[in-house]
Amino acid sequence: MIIEIGHYALILALVVAAIQSVFPVWGAVHSDHRLMGMAPGLAVLMFLLTCVSFGALTWAYLNSDFSLLNTYQNSHSDKPLIYKISGVWGNHEGSILLWVLILVLFGALVAVFSRNIPQRLRAATLGAQGWVSFAFLLFVIVASNPFTRISPAPLQGTGLNPMLQDVGLAIHPPILYIGYVGFSIVFAFAAAALILGKLDAAWARWVRPWILVSWIFLTLGIAMGSYWAYYELGWGGWWFWDPVENASFMPWLTGTALLHSAIVMERRDALKVWTVFLALLTFSLSLLGTFLVRSGVLTSVHAFAVDPARGLFILAILLIFVGGSLTLFAWRAPLLRQGGLFAPISREGALVLNNLFLTTACAAVFVGTLYPLVLEAFSGDKISVGAPFFNLTFGPIMVPVLILMPFGQLLAWKRGDALGVSQRLTTAFILSVLATVALVWFMGVSTTSIMTAFGFGLAFWAIFGSLWEIVDRSQLFKVSLGRSLARVKGFAPTVWSSVLGHAGLGVTVLGIVTTLAFESERVEVMRPGDTLEQNGYHITYEKSWTQNGPNYEELVSRYTLRKGGNVVDIMEPSKRAYKASGMPMSETSIATFGFSQVYFATGDTDANGGIVTRIYFKPLITLIWIGTLFMSLGGVIALLDRRLRVGAPVSARKRKSKTASVTAATPTPAE
Amino acid sequence: MKMKFVLVVMSSIFLGTPAAFAVNPDEVLKDPVLEERAREISKEVRCVVCQNQSIDDSNAQLAKDLRLLVRERLVEGDSDAEVMDYLVARYGEFVLLKPRFALHTLFLWGGGPIVLLLGGFFLWRSSRKKKDAPLKSAAGIKPLSAEEKAALDKLMSSE
Repeated sequence: MIIEIGHYALILALVVAAIQSVFPVWGAVHSDHRLMGMAPGLAVLMFLLTCVSFGALTWAYLNSDFSLLNTYQNSHSDKPLIYKISGVWGNHEGSILLWVLILVLFGALVAVFSRNIPQRLRAATLGAQGWVSFAFLLFVIVASNPFTRISPAPLQGTGLNPMLQDVGLAIHPPILYIGYVGFSIVFAFAAAALILGKLDAAWARWVRPWILVSWIFLTLGIAMGSYWAYYELGWGGWWFWDPVENASFMPWLTGTALLHSAIVMERRDALKVWTVFLALLTFSLSLLGTFLVRSGVLTSVHAFAVDPARGLFILAILLIFVGGSLTLFAWRAPLLRQGGLFAPISREGALVLNNLFLTTACAAVFVGTLYPLVLEAFSGDKISVGAPFFNLTFGPIMVPVLILMPFGQLLAWKRGDALGVSQRLTTAFILSVLATVALVWFMGVSTTSIMTAFGFGLAFWAIFGSLWEIVDRSQLFKVSLGRSLARVKGFAPTVWSSVLGHAGLGVTVLGIVTTLAFESERVEVMRPGDTLEQNGYHITYEKSWTQNGPNYEELVSRYTLRKGGNVVDIMEPSKRAYKASGMPMSETSIATFGFSQVYFATGDTDANGGIVTRIYFKPLITLIWIGTLFMSLGGVIALLDRRLRVGAPVSARKRKSKTASVTAATPTPAE
Repeated sequence: MKMKFVLVVMSSIFLGTPAAFAVNPDEVLKDPVLEERAREISKEVRCVVCQNQSIDDSNAQLAKDLRLLVRERLVEGDSDAEVMDYLVARYGEFVLLKPRFALHTLFLWGGGPIVLLLGGFFLWRSSRKKKDAPLKSAAGIKPLSAEEKAALDKLMSSE
């Protein structure tokens, strides 16, 4: 019964989406307030209905209801509770339902929190969000229905892929989807602006919180996926330029460009048409990613379903939305007035360059990901495009981005002074050279290549150059310390967000360069009692034993890690065999020292009691992910900017009391 | 990534190899210089039965065979380029993770630079246009109406 309620709620949500797609937009175009007024209620209703549906599926997993094909194929009654819950989205049908749930959640959030944006814009935005919701709800119901029953119901399920039985899976997809899908609301705002033909700086201010939220979650989602792959896969890699990774990285690149161009639009009323184009492009790339991952077009045995009917359905959605939005853009964009003039050397100019490079980087990833598919379709030639290609084409584009970043932070709006800014950055430049020399000396001059030293320099330049914004704006060493501190206190949040975001990128680059240049590995067959020495550590293999987990049996091996005669850590990597599927899995064991890690994985055992032991030394590797945390924090701080709250989530009560106090204190001009 | 997880699992099931990792101790060459070259080459060679994995990363039997083949050729004195040519001759261009620059990969290698050049050209042109007619367009901008000004003041005075 609960299952049927969930199924029915999903169909009702589709009906609501259909209504929301048509009437609010009609109302917005024809200034019908009653029709426009329907939108928020419909958006919230659609969200509630989808919640009921998602709740019903979760209920089936929690109660191991194997009369559902979906639970039978992806669950097992022995599974720990957390994996029963995360198992809901550990498969194609469940995860696309989660996708839809987040999609309608964003619609509901706009309905609830954006009361102070113009009614026409809000109605048209929710209407456009309704189109996306309708398309994906239809897809779930027609081609990916998680509520299909089987009869007779089996007694036991076949279990969740052991690779996915990890805390990473519990949190990674929801976070990634919030980022991915969040851009749908940005897309809807852009479509609404085009339909209404009205686009101004205020629009950017209303949209920017939604860009920020999506961007923060996408950043965290990608970083988390990278760390998950790193510790779960067992060969120490953390980024593979895999099409599935690229699928989330492309919207991140254009989303980052969008974040910056929206600032220009908000402050200077410039780059309007470009910003709208980026908004459409970013969500189109999210859709492309969904298509690549879900359709099986990557000719792969992917974890999720490979079904040509599904692939065609998503391809149709993709083509309709990309084609439709581009048509709308080509038709309406010429009507939008361009404003805000600026000289090439200015804050705007720097942000335009940032956009140019990020878009180029995205194009390189896009071509590399899709070219093999297109070439094979048209000529039958099969080629491979992998990590070496992306490193060569993507890497160099990041060099000017890192070099120019600190300049962008200090240049003035409208017309900047390149020479003056260079002079102000001299100390930061000297600091980064000193830091580079120190790090090269520490790592060993003879083992450091010129390229590595250059990479260090870029990373330190990004870090010190970004941080220099604090020194520059507070006039440190130029005025008294007290006055500098007072100035720091008075900084707008945007100062901190650009400093943190940019320095965070520098930290990530430092981690990448150091790991790539100085990582080392040791692969040996070890017997109990064997000791080997690597990178100043003595590693002793003690013993192995088998033990039982909740739904697996594992062979655990114990190693003692010593440095200078002292035991610094005990490592216990293991190999698991899952009962439900019999699949073997390797569990790595990682010790963290400062920002560096030592990484253990075990392989085969041989007849003489030996075990293949793989030990990786990864200097400063954690900086890669720590940097992304700084970037996200920068995003969070930007979100706290009071100026953004015009259209951002603020509780109704708080807002009311605030406006009340403002009106009481200062007589505002009559509306 | 998820795809990789599955591949590891799938390859270990379907290809009949135990869940081993990429390079195994028994494959490693005695000469560290040759071994280092072998590793660098391996990173650019695709395990042709896998999805987007180099033979250096893959645990498939075929990847192991290819790793041994690469080492064999190196021991016999082949240069890196000769090893690559040999692999391409046997397995086709599909084996290269970094396709060669040729007519059919023109847009692959040119895609990024084309976007950069087009974007740069567009920016250069629009900056010239702006320089030519700053006064004209400034004169064309209508001043804010009283209504718009009030709305703007409301926005700017925090909230």
